[in-house]
Amino acid sequence: MTAEPLIFFFLAAFAITSAVLMVVQRNPVVSAIYLIANFFSLAALYLILRAQLLAVLQIVVYAGAIMVLVVFVIMLLNLGDERSLVERINFRMLIGITVALAFLLEMLYIFLGIGSEGTPPALHPEAADVGTVESMGSALFGQYVFPFEITSLLLLAAIVGAVVLAKRRERKA
Amino acid sequence: MGIPLPYYLVLSAVLFVIGVAGVLTRRNAIVVFMCIELMLNSVNLSLVAFAAFHGSITGQAMVFFVMAVAAAEAAIGLGIIIALYRNKQTVNIDEINILKW
Repeated sequence: MTAEPLIFFFLAAFAITSAVLMVVQRNPVVSAIYLIANFFSLAALYLILRAQLLAVLQIVVYAGAIMVLVVFVIMLLNLGDERSLVERINFRMLIGITVALAFLLEMLYIFLGIGSEGTPPALHPEAADVGTVESMGSALFGQYVFPFEITSLLLLAAIVGAVVLAKRRERKA
Repeated sequence: MGIPLPYYLVLSAVLFVIGVAGVLTRRNAIVVFMCIELMLNSVNLSLVAFAAFHGSITGQAMVFFVMAVAAAEAAIGLGIIIALYRNKQTVNIDEINILKW
């Protein structure tokens, strides 16, 4: 239990470092690999928060499925060599970073200024029982069964849409 | 003692802002797309943290749905990027302005 803060700070530093490296990398393949590293550190953080099922899903869905899709698209479009896409520091980039920093200060003001008043001081004692497959399953097929079914509709629409979008158009005679 | 809740919220905010900065500064559509995934993930982290501190399933169920939406968004977004590349031979979002009047 005493190692928990140490693990948290290590994972937080790892997540922030990989996120920053992802943004500053010029090569999109390297960016994708740093993003996968970030997803793994988030999965480990979910484990600290006793969300076992979500930690596994994070690796399977994000690091597995979505990032494979991204890497495939990078490969298909042959974007490894990005000399045609020169990005240099300009006025707009400075504005973007300024806006992002202002946003960060705003959120830090809210999260730290108000403090932990009214929030639970520690993990809920039954937190470990909440994230199991059993309790997630009974919630998804009980309380959240309607959104769960709508999700299947959404995924079907996404499949059809992706096929229609990526299909090569037949030339009309 | 464990980690207090604001630590998770601050980490989530920092990751979100890194994603915002990436979306605002990068010009490669695929990198912008990955930055959006990063932002979705940072919000997931705060949802999981709230769920764990309150011992409630709602936050985790919400993360489950966010993951499903992210998967759908990934398929559609990458389909759009492929269609754009086929038509314009570029993924630079500065040169993709056909919706601008």
